[in-house]
Order: sequence, then structure tokens, then C-alpha cells
Amino acid sequence: MTTMSMIKGLNEGLRRVLEDQPKSLVMGEDVGRLGGVFRVTDGLQKDFGADRIIDTPLAESGIIGTAIGLAMRGYRPICEIQFDGFVYPAFDQLVSQLAKIPNRSGGRIRLPVVVRIPFGGGIGAIEHHSESPEAYFAHTAGLKVVACSNPADAYWMIQQAAAGEDPVIFFEPKRRYHSKGEVDTENAGLDMYRARTVREGRTATLIAYGPTVDVAENAAKAAAEEGMDLEVIDLRSLSPIDWEPLFASVRKTGRAVIVHEAPGNVGIGAEVAARLTEECFYSLEAPVLRVTGYDVPYPASRLEDDYLPNLDRVLDAVDRSLEH
Amino acid sequence: MGDTQRPAKKTAKSRPKPASTNEPQFVQLLSPEGRRVKHPDYDLDLTQDEYRGLYRDLVITRELDAQGTALQRQGQLGLWPSLLGQEAAQVGSGRALRAQDTVFPAYRELGVQWCRGIDLISAFALFRGTDLGGRDTVADRFNMYAIVIASQTLHAAGYAMGVAMDGAVGTEDGEAVIVYHGDGATSEGDFNEALVWAGVFNSPLVFFCQNNQYAISESNARQFVLPPHRRAEGFGVPGIFVDGNDVLATYAVTRAALDRARRGEGPSLVEAYTYRMQPHTTSDDATRYRDEAELDFWRAKDPIVRYRKWLAAEGLADEAYFAQIDTEAGEQVRALRARVMALTDPEVSEMFDNVYAEMPASIAAQRADAVDFAASLEDGSDLR
Repeated sequence: MTTMSMIKGLNEGLRRVLEDQPKSLVMGEDVGRLGGVFRVTDGLQKDFGADRIIDTPLAESGIIGTAIGLAMRGYRPICEIQFDGFVYPAFDQLVSQLAKIPNRSGGRIRLPVVVRIPFGGGIGAIEHHSESPEAYFAHTAGLKVVACSNPADAYWMIQQAAAGEDPVIFFEPKRRYHSKGEVDTENAGLDMYRARTVREGRTATLIAYGPTVDVAENAAKAAAEEGMDLEVIDLRSLSPIDWEPLFASVRKTGRAVIVHEAPGNVGIGAEVAARLTEECFYSLEAPVLRVTGYDVPYPASRLEDDYLPNLDRVLDAVDRSLEH
Repeated sequence: MGDTQRPAKKTAKSRPKPASTNEPQFVQLLSPEGRRVKHPDYDLDLTQDEYRGLYRDLVITRELDAQGTALQRQGQLGLWPSLLGQEAAQVGSGRALRAQDTVFPAYRELGVQWCRGIDLISAFALFRGTDLGGRDTVADRFNMYAIVIASQTLHAAGYAMGVAMDGAVGTEDGEAVIVYHGDGATSEGDFNEALVWAGVFNSPLVFFCQNNQYAISESNARQFVLPPHRRAEGFGVPGIFVDGNDVLATYAVTRAALDRARRGEGPSLVEAYTYRMQPHTTSDDATRYRDEAELDFWRAKDPIVRYRKWLAAEGLADEAYFAQIDTEAGEQVRALRARVMALTDPEVSEMFDNVYAEMPASIAAQRADAVDFAASLEDGSDLR
């Protein structure tokens, strides 16, 4: 067991990928000499060379489009999109090319491309630096979408994403980048497509991913002081979603609250609520509730504490669920 | 934009004319009249068989393409994007490729596909809607058609980076990559990003722009102020302007650009000046934006007529040879037509295949439902 930050977990995970897989590449804006604006790729260019840790031109569509071409040539690119709000120039290359070329080819072409995206708010940033665009990609068949929530998952999930044959959109909660945790670098972590029960309970189920896992855990701790016993599940994979643990939990608790930073409208929470209703209808004691960002553009940072789901909003939702 | 522009006026505006001819200043080795022209930088010296082979390619490409249009009109294809008029650009460049080179086409490159010796049925299956156009692109070294304009230019730029990283360039027998696109693509961001990439990474990539004058209805005037071969220079990528209706010049220019790439000397852009004689696709009505006089202007520059004249005048081929090629083209058309008509609809279950390397449980469940539902309709058990 080693204690490390999420940034260090990602860095060490990438390092192992680069050591084990000679065809793997890291590419993006400022990932080389600078080590990335968050230093996730710090030191990699020094150790693996400028041919494998590639500082690209400042063009997101170009990053994804050329990564596709490199993958067609047999390389395994791990791309960095510098901030969540900068991914949109690459939208066609992500949803119409990266996602669909393998299917278009009848399975003859595989595109093992990982796209890392620091996402979410809570860091006092200017516009376009605090967004949660995961639903766009989860909506697109052909992409796998995951979000890590702690250093150990960061370390193992980035390796699993890089080891697969499918494109993976890999969301990293930037406000958790400096949080520290224990990482077992010897024993492989849980499969990244499996949801993880963070905390067991019987009163209600909190479902979260990425930055809101910590919010949900804190809410569960606070609720425990009030005698409530909340179960917390970290989705980890947003597409495909690992449904069975969710169904099992909700059949046990009868209540579910989904927590994410992205706006609620047509978000991941909407899909989770719909599926829970379809599959667990007779177990539900209350409507499935959502605690999410509001359906507005991400606000100026002085308002983000009011925009982001926090402990109080989560507990308020739990109370509303229990009122039924 | 409703008024019709005369081509002579349009070319006079954007392209300086040489004093003695009516042509823009491009590389030309064969005039529209079928006269061999000297060029200080480019020449071509092929064997008689090779010269005859180019004629065969041009004619068969034209006939197979015409069959695409016919099949669409007969309801056998959903759509067909004709290449009529662009045969020389495709055959000249396609024959300049070596076996180790890799092609990234747009969606009108039937002639290049023919030259590469790749089964053309994939193009017809795509436009018939029986599949999405998948083939063994690795073995073929010819990628799938790209429908989103200019998207393939970035794939080619990335692939070419990989070729250089593999150390497969730098010799006379190195690998080169060619990406086909049109004049419309030059307005897309991806095209410009691809030029940046190819330039700064010095990639072994040839941009082959078939400037067929139209992006559906919009003329060059709405795509650029400076033509593509001059815009390339701004990216540090040499631009070469060639008569795209001249199979010999297109061959010579493309070969030189590919050789430059394979030697590791970097990317270039070939602008082949040609004309789309048919509407954009069978769904388009070109009479809304261009007139018969413009078509007549370009009919006089037909790529096959001039080449045939020259072959005959040089004694490289005679009427018997031309007749033999017509017969072969007819046979090719009949064989292809029969195969297109025999393409059957895929099974319902197939749409669920190959979305991911391994099928997730959620998709497997949907597939089972869809298959059962389709079967229930078929046997009538679900009829109410």
C-alpha cells in the first residue's frame, strides 16, 4: 500500500502502461515538456521520449482525428483533452469517427484510444473549465465512458482503459486531483466496468460517480449521526452501466438518490432513474430522486457552491425520499 | 448567388491565364485537343502497356460509375455520387501509387479503388444500404469511404505520423500516404488541422484535392479566396496545381509528390483542377445552380476523349483496342450489376454486432428482444 494523490495515481498508472505496452502513446496539449497543466503526465516525456509523449498542436479535433489514424496504424494513443469545456471542437471525431469506425468496419478495425478529460467544477475556475459533458458521450454507442473517484481507481482504471480494444472516454474529477488515498499497486483493482459499493446501508441508496462520490460518502457519514444507514454506490462506468448492483441495492433499500454535477436534464441520472423504475418498480417506496447541477450554463465561480450538489442538498433529497 | 457564373469569367478572375492558351496555369502534359505538352518539371515515360492500361482504367471506371447512377435510378441503390468527369484525376493518381502506399478516400473514389485492384462491391453495398462499407482496410491499404467531409484528412495525418514513427520512410522505397478530398473539404477545420499536423510532424502525406468546382451547389468562390494549392503553402506544405482532366499530368505530379513523401521530405498538396459533370449525387438537381453552357465548356475538356486521341495519334492503340476495351467494360458492368442485385439485406441481429470488441450485456439484451420481436411479426404470432 502506498499513499498517493489522484494525480500521482494517474501518473504512475500511465507509466506502467507505457512500460508494458510499447505501442502506447500519450498525446495532447502541453503533456510533454510541461507535464500537463495538472502535471498528470509529469516526467513522462523525460523517461519515454518525445516520440511517445507527444506535444500536439492546439487543436482538439486534430488530437482525436490523428489518434484515430495512429490507432489504424497499430498504435495505442492515450489523449489528453486539457479541460472538459474544450472537448467540443473534437465532437465529430469522437462521436462519428472514434465511436463508429469499428462498427462501420464490421469489427475489422479496432480503435484502442483513451481520451482523458479532467471534468467537473469546484475549483473556482473561469468559464469552460468546470463542465460535466459525460452524458454526450454515454449517449453515443461505441464509446465506453468511465469516471474515477479516488487514487486507487485512477491508478488501476487508467491501465484497464489503455489495455482494452475499445475507445474509452476517461473522466477525471479535477477537484479530487489532489486528494490522497491508499493505492495497492500489486493487486489489480476492480474491473472498471463494475460499480463499487462504497458503503453498505439499508435506509436508502446514494448513487454517484467521479467528484460526487466524496459528496455522497460525506452525506452518508452525516446521516449516520442522525441514525440513517445510507448505502453509497460508485458507478465508475457510465457506459455501459453495471446495473445489477444498483438493482440489488434498490431492491434492498427501496429508495434511491442519484447525485451528479452535470445538469439533470437528460443526464446520467435520468437514465438510472428510468431503469430503476423499470426493473425495481415493486421494491420502490418512493420516486427515484436526483440531486444534480441545475439546467443552466455552469455559473460564475462565486456561485458554484450553490450550483454543485453538496451534503445538504443530498441529505434534503434523502429526507424527501423518506417522507414517502 | 442565384445568377449563373460563366466559367471563363470565374477562372479569369482567380487564376491568371497564360498568354497563348485558355487554360489556368497548371501542370499539363496533354492538352484538351490531345496534343502532348512539355513541362519543365514534370514528364512521364511509360511503356505501351502502361499507357494502354490507363485508357482501360479510364473507360472501365466511367462505365462502372455510370452503372451506379443507373442502378440508383432503377431503385437498386439509395444514392450514387457519380465521378463522371473526374476519371483522369482518379486514375492518374491511383496508378501513381505503389503497393506499399495507403489511401484514405472520401466517398467518390471508385476510380482509385479500381486502380488499387480492390473489389468495388463494397462501394455498391454501402450505397445500397446493405452494410456500412466495411472491408479489410489493412490488407487493402485503402480505407473506408468517409462521408463526413474532411474527417479522413486527420485520420490520414495520424496514420502518416505512425508511418514515420515506424521508420518506414526515408528511402526511395519508403511508404507514402495519400488522402483524397474535394474543394469543399478545404473549408472544414479538420482539413486545416490536418495540414498543420502534416507540416509540423513532416509526415509522408499527400493531400489530393479534386477541385471539381462544386461543393454540392456552392462554387469555389464560396470556399476560398486563394485556391487550395496556394493555401497549402501557408502551412509550409508545397502545393502543386495540375490539370485534373489530364491523366498523364496527374500521374506525373502525384508520383513526384508520393516519392517526396516516401523519401521523408514531407507532405505536399496536389490540386487537380477538374469538373463534376454530374450532380453532387443522384439526389441533387444541378440545373438549379449551373447551366448547359458551363457543361459544354467542360465537355470540350473531357479526359477520355483527349487521351484516346493522343493514343491513336501516337500509334499506341488503335480502333480494335478501343473496341476491345468497350467490350471488356460491358462485361465488367454486367458482372458487377448482377452482384449488386444479389446483395441481400442483413439480418436484424447484425446491427448489434461490433459496436464494441465484446458485446455488453445491455446490448445483448436489446438484440435478443429485437430478434424475437422481428420473428414474432414474421410468423404472425404478435398480430392483433
